[in-house]
Amino acid sequence: MATAWFVLIVLMLIVYVLLDGFDFGVGILHLLVARTDEERRTVVGAIGPLWDGNEVWLIAAGGVSVFAFPRAYAAGFSGFYLALIFALWLLVVRALSIEFRSKEAHPLWRQAWDAGFFASSTAMAIILGAALGNLVRGVPLDASGYFAGPLFTDWRPGPDPGVLDWYTVTVGLFALVVLAEHGALYLVWKTTGDVARRSRDVARRVRPLVAGLAVVVTAMTLAVQPLIRANLARRPAAWPLAFLIAGGFAGSAVAERRGRELAAFVAFGAFIAGLLGITAAMVYPDILISTHAATYSLTVHNAAAPASTLRIGFVWWSVALVLAVGYFVHLFRSFAGKVAPGGGEHGY
Amino acid sequence: MHDVGWNRLQFGFTVSYHYLFPQLTMGLALLLVVFKTLALSRGDERCNELTRFWGRIFAINFALGVVTGIPMEFQFGTNWARFSAYAGGVIGLTLALEGMFAFFAESAFLGLFLFGERRLGPRGHLVSVVMVFLGSWLSGYFIIATNAFMQHPVGHTVGSDGALQLADLWAFLLNPWALWQYAHTMCAAVVTGAFAVAAVGAYWMLMGEHEPHARLCLHVGVIAGLIASGLLLFPTGDQSGKLVARHQVPGLAAMEGKFESSSHAELAIIGQPDVTRRTLVNPVYVPAVLSYLAYGSFGAIVTGLNDVPEDEWPDNVELLYYAYHIMVGLGTMFMAVMLVAAVQLWRGRLAQSRALLWTLLLAFPFPYIATTAGWLVAELGRQPWLVYGLQRTHDGTSPSVPGGNVVFSLLGFMGLYLLIGLLFLYLVLRELARGPEPAH
Repeated sequence: MATAWFVLIVLMLIVYVLLDGFDFGVGILHLLVARTDEERRTVVGAIGPLWDGNEVWLIAAGGVSVFAFPRAYAAGFSGFYLALIFALWLLVVRALSIEFRSKEAHPLWRQAWDAGFFASSTAMAIILGAALGNLVRGVPLDASGYFAGPLFTDWRPGPDPGVLDWYTVTVGLFALVVLAEHGALYLVWKTTGDVARRSRDVARRVRPLVAGLAVVVTAMTLAVQPLIRANLARRPAAWPLAFLIAGGFAGSAVAERRGRELAAFVAFGAFIAGLLGITAAMVYPDILISTHAATYSLTVHNAAAPASTLRIGFVWWSVALVLAVGYFVHLFRSFAGKVAPGGGEHGY
Repeated sequence: MHDVGWNRLQFGFTVSYHYLFPQLTMGLALLLVVFKTLALSRGDERCNELTRFWGRIFAINFALGVVTGIPMEFQFGTNWARFSAYAGGVIGLTLALEGMFAFFAESAFLGLFLFGERRLGPRGHLVSVVMVFLGSWLSGYFIIATNAFMQHPVGHTVGSDGALQLADLWAFLLNPWALWQYAHTMCAAVVTGAFAVAAVGAYWMLMGEHEPHARLCLHVGVIAGLIASGLLLFPTGDQSGKLVARHQVPGLAAMEGKFESSSHAELAIIGQPDVTRRTLVNPVYVPAVLSYLAYGSFGAIVTGLNDVPEDEWPDNVELLYYAYHIMVGLGTMFMAVMLVAAVQLWRGRLAQSRALLWTLLLAFPFPYIATTAGWLVAELGRQPWLVYGLQRTHDGTSPSVPGGNVVFSLLGFMGLYLLIGLLFLYLVLRELARGPEPAH
């Protein structure tokens, strides 16, 4: 049962990255692809009614983690204290930038929020990547079941690493270009005219960076985490995900060239999902890997709530998920199609 | 200050600040349903204009509720790791259900409510606002159920690893503490919303602006305010008090500033607790009423703090005492104000009574004070326990987070929240100045 919850939480986090990921991507790129105020309103309007629901996937995944893996949640959240506090503040700035920018016509007011939207989205993309890097590399968990992760130590992944080292920073940069590409493809799909054209240019220029960094990060990951090397050989069932990754990437490029905007966006989403999925499959059953000793690692076995509790939660979770998916389909269909220039009736 | 003190200060500050927004969200959500229903049933376009006007304020308020709410869930892990590890297997369920059942509905339908009126049509628009209302009230229930478990844990067992686990789902979800606390909290949220709506109506009326809209706001605000403030005192406040009397004996004594145990216990209307000398200074008492209110009999014995070991006292008796008296005092005044306003409304004289309009206009901040005081009562009354009778507050903190980190984040939250508070006021005042507008 604990394994099922591991899979469900990973799936929820993948959905979160796919959905809020394009919001971050839009934030990273909007200064570049939207020049006039009307264009900025178009771009913000393209995610305006959606971003809040997208962020709920993170909150829901957090709530589910407290419930299913209380010890891992406690150790992870307290261990990454400062990094998470920064992430919270960035999420506040991001949300207010989207919601407040168009409530006042003053040009400096709008410039300030546009800068906030860019800065918070960029920093959040890097933080999400670095967070994943930390989970893969491992954290200095000891016998107490807790760890104190300083923001940085010697910038090297060793037994006592900081939140930031050369590996996690590289993963953070990888996340930045991946989400920028994701956001660019989203804007190509959702907008028209100059914004769409510039977004397409960005998507084409960023694509080689994504491919290059994907190779670099994969090599680094295999070097940094021996567990993944070992598990990769041991778990051929996960190999097909490599086809999803390669196929998603190539398919996205081809579809974008042929002008199939939605297909390009979805295929790139498959690329992201494949990357996250194969990472989770390689670290399983660990949730938090200890850099000191394997026995200190928090796993789906030693960090899970009791099976009876997990079963009760599963029933409720399933019902709620069906409803949530229904709402999302309804929401995305209600706001389907291209965004009218200036954001239309959205008021963003 | 000890580390646990900084952690409590940060959680207390961020949660008190956060709750300024959801209370209006929940209260106003109900009133938005009322306005939209009136718009449909009477075919009155002014009700639609008011739905949009309050919808714009709702949206600003909702956004701040969301951004200040996420830190609450995170802090369970960042600042209260040992509490999460100990109780996560139980309270994690309600936190998960809140996200899955309530937030998805709220966020999805809020976008539709705010931006989809033309696409959805009148009925679809009503459905969207009803869904936002249900989502926000459901979210409230899951949070209250979480808090109620901390106040009065039921439905759990202690597992082999020493952590709590769920034994009886329905006992946990239908905790009697949760049911009364929820009813009480929701009535208070409606009071906040009703006073806000009535205050805006009174403002327009005094200014001679938007008179038809002002009348509707006064009508809806006063009637909702009267019903909710009545239910706030009885039965929900009364029953909540009885639960405290039954399950949190030292908390009741501290709220009342009662040190000596006695039967025919007197109710302190005012007075200042002197904890060092263990007495209430300058007291004004009503004889025997406390025994009756707490236990339903004038002869019932009310235990004073002198008969409770000091390590089981709530650790801030003074603040708890004042918070309780402010909450009850304000609640009584809300009832009185709304009763007078309702009588004048019924006689058709509310719109002409400038003194009463001024009172309604100036009254809107007080429900915020009362709800904040109410939460202080609940949370200080629970001390020194984090989970009542099971885990002490100082055993719930994060072992790996030094106090210095918490001071850092607390100061950051204070700065950020000051800024967003100013932005909130600025934007809401702008919407008020803009007023209700005809559809364009």
